[in-house]
Amino acid sequence: MLDIKNLHVKLEDEEKQILKGVDLKVGAGEVHAIMGPNGSGKSTLSYVLSGRDGYEVTDGSAHLDDQDLLDLEPEERATAGLFLAFQYPVEIPGVGNMTFLRTAVNAQRKARGEEELSAADFLKIVRERAKSLKINADMLKRPVNVGFSGGEKKRNEILQMAMLEPKMCILDETDSGLDVDAMKLVSEGVNALRDEGRSFLVITHYQRLLDHIKPDVVHIMANGRIVKSGGPELALEVEHNGYADILAEVG
Amino acid sequence: MALPELKQTATEARLATMEFPNAGCTRAAREAAVARVRKMGLPDRRDEYWKYTRPDTLVQPVAPEAAVFEHDEAMMFSTFDRLKIVFVDGIFDPEVSDDLSLEGVEIDRLEDICCTDIHWAKDLYGVLEERGQSPVQRPLAALNTAFAADGVAIHVTGKPSKPISLIYVHKDTASDATLHHVVRVETGAEVTILENGPAASRFNKCMEIDIADGGKLHHIRAQGRDHERRAVTHMFARLGTESVFKSFTLTVNGVLTRNECVIELTGDDAVAHVAGACVGDGDFLHDDTVFVTHDAVNCESRQVFKKVLRNGATGVFQGKILVKAGAQKTDGYQISQSLLLDDDSQFLAKPELEIYADDVACSHGSTSGAIDETALFYLRSRGVPHSEAIDLLTLAFLAEAVEEIEDEALAEDIVARLEAWLKRRS
Repeated sequence: MLDIKNLHVKLEDEEKQILKGVDLKVGAGEVHAIMGPNGSGKSTLSYVLSGRDGYEVTDGSAHLDDQDLLDLEPEERATAGLFLAFQYPVEIPGVGNMTFLRTAVNAQRKARGEEELSAADFLKIVRERAKSLKINADMLKRPVNVGFSGGEKKRNEILQMAMLEPKMCILDETDSGLDVDAMKLVSEGVNALRDEGRSFLVITHYQRLLDHIKPDVVHIMANGRIVKSGGPELALEVEHNGYADILAEVG
Repeated sequence: MALPELKQTATEARLATMEFPNAGCTRAAREAAVARVRKMGLPDRRDEYWKYTRPDTLVQPVAPEAAVFEHDEAMMFSTFDRLKIVFVDGIFDPEVSDDLSLEGVEIDRLEDICCTDIHWAKDLYGVLEERGQSPVQRPLAALNTAFAADGVAIHVTGKPSKPISLIYVHKDTASDATLHHVVRVETGAEVTILENGPAASRFNKCMEIDIADGGKLHHIRAQGRDHERRAVTHMFARLGTESVFKSFTLTVNGVLTRNECVIELTGDDAVAHVAGACVGDGDFLHDDTVFVTHDAVNCESRQVFKKVLRNGATGVFQGKILVKAGAQKTDGYQISQSLLLDDDSQFLAKPELEIYADDVACSHGSTSGAIDETALFYLRSRGVPHSEAIDLLTLAFLAEAVEEIEDEALAEDIVARLEAWLKRRS
């Protein structure tokens, strides 16, 4: 599904290397978690994969199935099936949430040569999926993320994911700023989307999220590389001992 | 004080080309207006009030030619039931206009009024224009009062069942039109006036609006994509107690547009909103000049202007709120914002407040900005193509101005038109 090889990335306008050779393979239907100390490059990885400006790939590659992600515009990556749930979902005053969702869904359908959803069909689907995420009609009507609480914003991200049905989902610190109940709700939303054709890359600081979204593989990222990979027990180790031991171990 | 020689020469050259029409009961007002023009002189680029907008082509004796804009779009507001009053190159066309009778309103052609000695419009024609000449001079409005060739007088006595729609058709590439309308809204009466169309190669239009106590006037105007037209328009509105005046203008392109709006709140508890959404692309200048005077207690005024500018377009906003001594409890709001889609476009703004009362709430703001890159990326990351995302954010930027339109159906019509225009990218 996702195949990242020797990825080197620096900031576009300064000589600061952030990713220094990331290798990562996520198979279809798998859930991978990435943990790591602040500044290790986790969020940069998610931005580079989704095509945000400001970064320069100096070496390496990233493929989603047979498509070279780095060669595509952000919207083309989305259409190819990549989805990034933002750490800080963006507020867009003046654009209704519903309009936003419908524009996105239909833009992707159009790009794939599928027929656009009618207003009625779309409304039916969005209502159904919003309901399970406890997103009420008012939140659908309001401008995108404007005046939403932290939890509402994250649930709104998951709703977008549910509507767009991507095959590769990256969750960038989706648990940040969530209380226990909200984290549970968001995790349930994610788990409901898990299936054998859809993969997840979950970036987090805390093991707690991984109690809810159980990963197949856990990676530790430090200083721009993945320094250790293992099973779910690796996350528990971090939770108990911090990163110091692991970092010392890998030098 | 004598005028500078250049200004006097330019003014006389223009006056020499104007034809004094059959004036009837407006004769005195017109003659006084000619005297005002001679005294003030027509604007030139040295005038402070015309610092950002060069008036040369509006003043020169012969109008610059403008090609008639060909397009395949339906006429603006065409899906609405309305009373159509059509002017072709500034002359009323009875063939394509509706019958001017409608319950709750009396409509007369200016030409007919000018054949009589007695008409209610006599007490309004040129009166608000003259009041509006102080503290800032508006010579092109006086020129209009003096020489207007056509127009209508609208006397609203009730609540007419449909909007009155003034349609300005442009057919002659060398047309130079001067229209003057007067509108009187009686106590408790209510009307919606629509305006659309380029009118002429060069268009000078003036509308004087007198709203009696408790009267309401909604004004919605669309100035379309006609690239080569030039227009200078003035609206002078005087508001009585508890009256309401709400005006919205959509402007897309046009090589030169100057819309002046002069509002006087003379009765307590009156409400005046004036808003504009503008999209400029290329060789285009759009100027909103607004002057709101609060001269009564507890009145509310709002100015909301949004401009989207690209490919070297220029937007101008000169807006003022004047709160006179004694106009306590005034609530004044003014916002002017531009969205600059490239480095070649510019927005020139001069927001002003002048307050002589001590118990008022007045706020104003003016900003220029580019597309929010974070929002753009967010949309694109969801699969929305770049150009579509820009359009969506552009519409979102204009939304605050469009929301000033109270009538939902008309607002939707304006948004639909805006969407279509943005998609065409021309």
